[in-house]
Amino acid sequence: MSELFEARGITKRFGGLTALQDVSFGVNTGIASIIGPNGAGKTTLFNVFTGLYQPDAGEVTFKGRSLVGLRPDEITALGVCRTFQNIRLFANMTAAENVLVGMHSRVRLGVLDVLGRTTRFRGVEHGLWRRSAELLDRVGLRLKGNEIARNLPYGDQRRLELARALASEPALLLLDEPTAGMTQGEAVTLMALLRRLVGELGLAIILIEHNMRVVMEVSDRVAVLDHGEKIAEGPPRAVQADPRVIEAYLGRRAAARAGS
Amino acid sequence: MIQSAAAVAFVALSGAGVAMFPRSILVFLVFQSSLVFVYLARVPTWLRLGLLAAALLGIMPAIGTYNGYYLEVATQVGIFVALALGLNIVVGLAGLLDLGYVAFFAVGAYSWAIFGSPHGNILFGVEAFPMAAGWFYPFLIIGLLVGAGTGVVLGLPVLRLRGDYLAIVTLGFGEVIRVLANNLDKPINVTNGPKGITPISRPPLPFDLPYALGFYFLALAIVLVVILVNRRLEDSHIGRAWEAIREDQLAAQAMGIPLVRAKLLAFACGASFAGVMGVVFAAKQIFINPESFTFLESIGVLAMVILGGMGSIPGAIIGATVVTVLNLQVLKGLSLWLNELKNAGVTVLGYNLADLPTQLEPAKYERMIFGLILVLMMIFRPQGIFPARRRQRELGK
Repeated sequence: MSELFEARGITKRFGGLTALQDVSFGVNTGIASIIGPNGAGKTTLFNVFTGLYQPDAGEVTFKGRSLVGLRPDEITALGVCRTFQNIRLFANMTAAENVLVGMHSRVRLGVLDVLGRTTRFRGVEHGLWRRSAELLDRVGLRLKGNEIARNLPYGDQRRLELARALASEPALLLLDEPTAGMTQGEAVTLMALLRRLVGELGLAIILIEHNMRVVMEVSDRVAVLDHGEKIAEGPPRAVQADPRVIEAYLGRRAAARAGS
Repeated sequence: MIQSAAAVAFVALSGAGVAMFPRSILVFLVFQSSLVFVYLARVPTWLRLGLLAAALLGIMPAIGTYNGYYLEVATQVGIFVALALGLNIVVGLAGLLDLGYVAFFAVGAYSWAIFGSPHGNILFGVEAFPMAAGWFYPFLIIGLLVGAGTGVVLGLPVLRLRGDYLAIVTLGFGEVIRVLANNLDKPINVTNGPKGITPISRPPLPFDLPYALGFYFLALAIVLVVILVNRRLEDSHIGRAWEAIREDQLAAQAMGIPLVRAKLLAFACGASFAGVMGVVFAAKQIFINPESFTFLESIGVLAMVILGGMGSIPGAIIGATVVTVLNLQVLKGLSLWLNELKNAGVTVLGYNLADLPTQLEPAKYERMIFGLILVLMMIFRPQGIFPARRRQRELGK
């Protein structure tokens, strides 16, 4: 399989607790979702993908290159960027500056360029600000570039996190519950945006999501985690009907009822 | 319009006032606050810069001819402004609490002290020292490099630590440098121990100015360069990376910022400013010993940064000025005045001040009042005098 991104046999233990057990997951294009009950290990999986945790076993490759052992910033520079479940913006910086920080790994300027304020520096800096305005525009924050991130409403903060992640020019975007706290209307708009990004930029996206309606509508493929193990994977409809999935979410009785 | 006229009048009148009453600290304080007024007033930028330039390049030297001590104060303020700006990068921008900052100041100071005084003869066993005074200028660069190098050497092992732990390690480092300076007089006499090093050469200055005045201009020039460097760093991807680390280290790394490298750069930048100012300080004082580099000095510079407003360049400048002027003039003036009252046997509420027990000597109030000011500031204006303001940018097409 020549996938863009592939994780094979990921196992992660914290002391006696096995958070992930032999999980394999890959994505090539489009949107793949990971769902599962609370504590199933979804965010842990993201943390392994982005270098925050080292897996105890298994391999993660991106464009054929192993990501295991790399630092988070190196992984971002390679083209894998993420957002966080509990929003982690740079709270006291403006929205535009947040996006600019996201571009850090793409800036090719030395200290001397900065101190000398060379024409190269001014050109690059000008381009960065323009691009940050474009990205803000794209996520629907056109007029909010100068607002302090902390003062933005919740939904805008989520969108800003998305713009910040896009700023690093990723080929693969990992979104950890991007619609949490949004109304159904906002969530639908956001998903339309993600679809557009996939179409226009050729992005691949891995989504952790609780909003089932959103997941079923937007995903090309869905994987289900439960107690650290992948219990199902496939097209949304098939996964939805899988008795093991229903059992994981609703318990055995519900699964039996659905089966009968 | 009104504000422009007021700003010009304020600076001119207070400047003339100092010339008329060269002994009055109060009038000098009014002159200083006129500069703050110019900074804050709604006036055109050219007028603001023009007035500040006139005050610093014209009026201040003129005042110096009436009262030389004011030039001394201004030079000291300059040194501390540069130190505060350096620490502001580390603490204010990058959010790395450094409690041993003065160690880098010491390293810079000793590097010129050893080579710019006869002490080098003892250390190296050759009669080649002091080096020619002109070497002071190359030593500004050497002080910068030595400071930055020390910053990197300390930073490499400890920058993985966070918050409180980093603070404790830097505190320890500051003490280690002081203790080394105190004890490295044997087996090899590097620092001459507690006796200190003297006489340290002073740099030759151009234009045949009175020495104190020339030195004031030198300090001013260095401070201007430091401010420029600070502004450029802050307003670049490097400065934004530092602030991102301060705001959320984990998210910063996830956004592609190499933490260790960015923190090392902050540490080295801050330390290099201190190294340069150390060289200047050594030349200004002619004599240095470990007493100049105590933990209290580190805390003093930190207080300047916090009092002024963390992460803010105007804040660091005003903080350094206020603390230095408080220490050198206001509090000293206050205790002298109280002492006079006591000696004159003035009675307050039926109590003769001459009967004050020695434990309540007015001189002992200085630190107490300073501490009180800090406490009140932190309660009523925790963000500092001039807190960091986000730059509003035209996010045009």
